[in-house]
Amino acid sequence: MSTPLILLVLAIIAIVCYVAGTRRALAIAGGVSSNLHSRQGYYGSFVAICAAVPAVIVLAIWLIASPFYINSTVTSGFPDEVKAQTEAQQGLSFGMVSGLARGMDVLTLEEIDKVGANPVELRSLLGTKGVALAGDPEPWMVASAGDLNAMQKISNRIMTVIVLIIALAGAGLSYVRIAPRFRARNRVEKVILSALILASSIAIVTTIGIVMSMLTEAGHFFGRISPWEFFFGTVWDPRFAAAGATASEGQFGLIPLLAGTLYIGFVAMLVAVPVGLFSAIYMSEYASPKVRAVAKPLLEVLAGIPTIVYGFFALTSVGPFLRDISAQLSGLTTGEYVNFIQAQSVLTAGFVMGIMLIPYVSSLSDDIITAVPRALRDGSLGLGATKSETIKKVVMPAALPGVVGALLMTASRAIGETMIVVLAAGVAARMQLNPFEPMTTVTVKIVSQLTGDLEFTSPQTLVAFALGITLFAITLCLNIYALFIVRKYREQYE
Amino acid sequence: MNMMSEAAVEKALDKKMNDMSYKMIGNDVSVYYGEKRALFDVNLNVRENTVTALIGPSGCGKSTFLRTLNRMNDTIEGCRVTGKITLDNDDIYDKEIDVVELRARVGMVFQKPNPFPKSIYENIAYGPRIHGLAKNKADMDQIVEASLQRAGLWTEVKDRLHEGGTGLSGGQQQRLCIARAVAVSPEVILMDEPCSALDPIATAKVEELIHELRANYTIVIVTHSMQQAARVSQRTAMFHLGQLVEENDTDKMFTNPDDQRTQDYIMGRFG
Repeated sequence: MSTPLILLVLAIIAIVCYVAGTRRALAIAGGVSSNLHSRQGYYGSFVAICAAVPAVIVLAIWLIASPFYINSTVTSGFPDEVKAQTEAQQGLSFGMVSGLARGMDVLTLEEIDKVGANPVELRSLLGTKGVALAGDPEPWMVASAGDLNAMQKISNRIMTVIVLIIALAGAGLSYVRIAPRFRARNRVEKVILSALILASSIAIVTTIGIVMSMLTEAGHFFGRISPWEFFFGTVWDPRFAAAGATASEGQFGLIPLLAGTLYIGFVAMLVAVPVGLFSAIYMSEYASPKVRAVAKPLLEVLAGIPTIVYGFFALTSVGPFLRDISAQLSGLTTGEYVNFIQAQSVLTAGFVMGIMLIPYVSSLSDDIITAVPRALRDGSLGLGATKSETIKKVVMPAALPGVVGALLMTASRAIGETMIVVLAAGVAARMQLNPFEPMTTVTVKIVSQLTGDLEFTSPQTLVAFALGITLFAITLCLNIYALFIVRKYREQYE
Repeated sequence: MNMMSEAAVEKALDKKMNDMSYKMIGNDVSVYYGEKRALFDVNLNVRENTVTALIGPSGCGKSTFLRTLNRMNDTIEGCRVTGKITLDNDDIYDKEIDVVELRARVGMVFQKPNPFPKSIYENIAYGPRIHGLAKNKADMDQIVEASLQRAGLWTEVKDRLHEGGTGLSGGQQQRLCIARAVAVSPEVILMDEPCSALDPIATAKVEELIHELRANYTIVIVTHSMQQAARVSQRTAMFHLGQLVEENDTDKMFTNPDDQRTQDYIMGRFG
């Protein structure tokens, strides 16, 4: 049976078990459900869980484990001259074999008999059936493919039988256990609890997985390029590596990218922090509930705009506008119309990114300022302080640690931001201080190194992982520090 | 002053009080929270150098009335006050009156101790600083010390003036808040159940302090403890359902009240 079919059968078994378990529980209780320890539905759920869950687990393990066993058996059956080849070559051969095996499933028995002797024809025949092979199959491959198919068939049969037996056994055993004092609810809730734990651990495990994969690839990169050269190199010039050409390694200096990232982030924070903080103070202290009810959601809509749209905005509106206005300015002052601001520049990217960050700053700070106890405001007002004195001298100092935490979180967003800088910052990896010139960031270079036809094992591609893990480390540190500050601040008022 | 015995001081103060010099006069004061009316035409006068206690069951409007005296109700959305309240014959709800100036003259201590998250010194210096009461550092030191002395806190905190005010015990925090209120040299101090968050020993200290403060300030205190009202006040006003039931000398109020409702409340029949 195919896997979806098995799952369908298991689902049907589970439903039947649920109905049967519920009925039996009610029957045992003499039709009075209050005689039971748990509500009758729990007994049904218990039987259904006992039937389905172990069966599904066994099914999953089998599906994951059996290919390993079958593949290694088939590979060990390869001719000796194939086994003598490198691992990559063996992998290619195995790919051919499994392709053949898939193809032979599609063919009728007569067709297999007809071409069995002539593997070369097999390729074109399979081509007409929609199965593409990488090369001409050799006779031993056809035999191996036959073995593979046979083993898969057997494995599938054994699996089907075992899974169904487990399901039925689970159903039977749990069905018999139903009794008025049997604590079905506790058991069902335990299963639900473990399902919840499983769900939340998936996110954590995924994070660990991502970090591990980045670390491995970054490790490959550092095998080719020394970490010293990467972290302290001041020239970013990866070159293009033609396939097989090992001579052109290029230079992978992180510093210019990091400088661009931090510079653009700094300009963005320069825009976002004052505007965001002032708007937060207005929202939390001055705005009437009516204004707040309208303005706050509107401001937060800004946060929902995809960053690529900000990128368009920077590319088509802000950049050209700044360029033209700079040309006009220089025309007015010197008589020469030279645009001293480039369309793609640190200023453009930083400014638009700053606008993107305003809602983060204002929304986070607003929550923190609102959380300052009313008693403190009353205390200050009661002493005859004005509203602005109260805000400046009591509310803001009390909210400061939390606000700093919010700003750090915003900064880590600025550093990780990609689409705006891809479109608005330029791609020139330079170290300079003029905000009117283009610079580039770590994220831009990750995008440009990973898109394109580069060989995946070349340092030109692998450097993206080294960049990624660096960026990850920086933002992680910022976030942890921000959380630390925010938590410390919270302790004060609880 | 030193020559006079404590009893003599007390007597002088009582005489001053009975001279009917009213510090604040409330005339037909009504308060609305949106549509809801919380106070109904209250006529209550506050005498100088007197502790006036406002008592009554929960929700009777005593705190609301207290907050009208320095316009703290202004900070509540949808709150409206009608009638007339004067401080030394100036209408405090007049357009000409600056609410900030008013609150400097009529200070307030709240139910829950609310020291600012600053040092003890800065907590006291906050008010004088915003009102420009100190010319220099020495002046400020002097104000801080005097205020803490008045609040009976000086000996306890003089060695840790620059530590956080939130690190003090509840009772010390409340006396710090009183010192903070005293530091701006107000004429009237309003206290909104100042002891409700304190243990009995801290309460006793604060009550003693209130008693001493009477010599220099006019005090209005809201309390839900009748014993406290009897202990600290000379005049008592009883509120019920937003109305002023009775206002009288504290002694008379607790022995022979004019109104049956006061009698019932004091005897614990409702409230």
